[in-house]
Amino acid sequence: MNGEDIGAWGVLFAVLGGAVRVGTPFLFVSLGECLTEKSGRINLGLEGNLIMGAMVGYGVSYLTKSPWLGVLAAGCTGMVLGAMHALLCQMRRVNDIAVGIGMMIFGTGLAAFLGKPLIQPAAPHLPSFNLAVWSDSPILRSALEMNALFVVGVVLAPCLAWFLKHTRWGLMVRATGESAEAARALGFPVVRIRLLATMFGGFLAGVGGSYLSLYYPGSWNEGLSTGQGLMAVALVIFARWNPMYCVYASLLFGGAAALGPSLQSVGISWGYYLFNAAPYVLTLGIMVATSSSSRRLAGMPNELGKVS
Amino acid sequence: MSVTEPVILATSRWRGILQWAACGGKCARSLESLLIPLGALVVSLLLFAIFVAFSGHDPWAVFGSLYVGAFGSWFSWQNSLLRASPIMLTALCTALPARVGLVVIGGEGAVVLGGLTAALAGIALNGSAPPGVVLLLMLVTGAVGGGAWLSLVGVLKHYRGVNETISSLLMNYIAIAVLNFLVFGYLKDPATLNKPSTYSVGEANMIGNIGDSSVHWGVPLALCACVALWFLMRRTTFGFSADIVGGNVRAAQVCGLSVGRVMIIVCCLGGAAAGIAGAIEVAAVHGRANASLNAGYGYAGILVAFMARHNPLAIIPVAILLGGIRASSGLLQRVHDLPDATVLVLQGIIFVVILASETLYGRIKWFNAK
Repeated sequence: MNGEDIGAWGVLFAVLGGAVRVGTPFLFVSLGECLTEKSGRINLGLEGNLIMGAMVGYGVSYLTKSPWLGVLAAGCTGMVLGAMHALLCQMRRVNDIAVGIGMMIFGTGLAAFLGKPLIQPAAPHLPSFNLAVWSDSPILRSALEMNALFVVGVVLAPCLAWFLKHTRWGLMVRATGESAEAARALGFPVVRIRLLATMFGGFLAGVGGSYLSLYYPGSWNEGLSTGQGLMAVALVIFARWNPMYCVYASLLFGGAAALGPSLQSVGISWGYYLFNAAPYVLTLGIMVATSSSSRRLAGMPNELGKVS
Repeated sequence: MSVTEPVILATSRWRGILQWAACGGKCARSLESLLIPLGALVVSLLLFAIFVAFSGHDPWAVFGSLYVGAFGSWFSWQNSLLRASPIMLTALCTALPARVGLVVIGGEGAVVLGGLTAALAGIALNGSAPPGVVLLLMLVTGAVGGGAWLSLVGVLKHYRGVNETISSLLMNYIAIAVLNFLVFGYLKDPATLNKPSTYSVGEANMIGNIGDSSVHWGVPLALCACVALWFLMRRTTFGFSADIVGGNVRAAQVCGLSVGRVMIIVCCLGGAAAGIAGAIEVAAVHGRANASLNAGYGYAGILVAFMARHNPLAIIPVAILLGGIRASSGLLQRVHDLPDATVLVLQGIIFVVILASETLYGRIKWFNAK
């Protein structure tokens, strides 16, 4: 009886810890995608930003021995890719989603190409540095282990929400996302707003990527990202284009993803691979439950309906 | 959406150009749709050459190896065709729904599920039916598996308004999880230790090669699928109604078309094509279902579909080109010591440049003046 109790708590802790650990990259990509989509553009190519960010972040922190420089470099790489995406998409007749997939394949290929020398030699020099702020003894529970990037993300979310809601620039972004024509009539620089929003989204995705290579799993290899960047788009819909909800959605998603491994750790290995689908089934289920064929989703920027 | 955009763009001078192009300028227009992608291809090869030069290799030598590895000999042709055939089928999976204005990126999941169901059928029937029948049933169940999987995307879109891009993306991951669950669980053949796989579908039930070549019969099957679906989409009433739905949903409803039915059928057909790709992979290459099914054919298919502008016939050459590029990866590695991701970079550059070239349609004076 007692053993069962501990087992259940163990699962809960493991899921909570996993929510933070697995959820952090989701948090960054979804916050970035949230801002991009608020300006009326979809960037499906964040997967490429993520993996390029992971590679560059790892390389720079290996060379400079400073992980934070790595994070910054990863963000800047993501920003460049975001700018590329924005410049391509602003051309007439060019499809957002297709460009996203193209950028994803380009980014993944480029990261694998340039990151080849980083797979072997770098790993021993800079394995995974520990960002834990108030980690108790790691044996106790990794659930209490926080990483600095997660804290940054959690602080960033309300800032982003405040920015969108209460600043003039935020209003410009939202207006552009609701109606490009109206924004243009008001004299807002639509193209530049979207460029900046996509660049900022790319920056955050790059930072999310650096988390993958510098914290968890904490090393660079080509198969590092398993679709976290692609999932950003689904997460933002899930979060109703609200930065605060992005935090909850990422945590929920991370927790769901940690369910299989946690159950396995207490001896329930049946359906381990099936539980891997939990976050996706959850997202799909919630989308089915909350969508409607007759009305738009609450909070969805109007311009998005036109592109996809 | 690219399908609806002509409608949006048909203002002022655009309308004139479009009307003129539709009536009199047929020749100039098809010349345009040939020369723009070719020009984009040249530009992307140039960019790739610069990239290669920066990484310290001789671009001309690399291009030479690319050509030799892709189309230089009958051997490399065979290799390229083998790699092109699943991409053709997964490209159909994106191209068909695109005709009704849906951006479906679920080819990967449909390949996985089609391969899995085909393997299930093969394992169940192995030995109890004549090989030809087993093979046929494998292909059919693969098509049904993939088709049913992606028709769910159409159903969710029509009845619940769920965004088809996102739902098909999520379903990719769900399909892969189901595959892993079965491959590592109930269907695992204990003999496959290095790469866990299902039980074999039986050597006798597999698709044979054409003559003494290394090309299996799945390749002509993929070609036939492209031609047949081109015929369906461009020469039949169904294809026409799909175009109407893609052009303007309201207009289609006014015409009395059953929009939901058209959407679901088109998604189902696309899924069936990708499902057959999975079935062929199982029945012709691996003999069992395993993780090789999610080798990125679905995402390559999305690229090809967009590059072929969702025209099933144009998919054939584009897929062969992409298959060739992928086939030459080994040679680039051996001769120039370039990482295998080189072809991914090239693929990404080509795709991005060709997509960007879409913007040139109808804007180059030379084609319009002709």
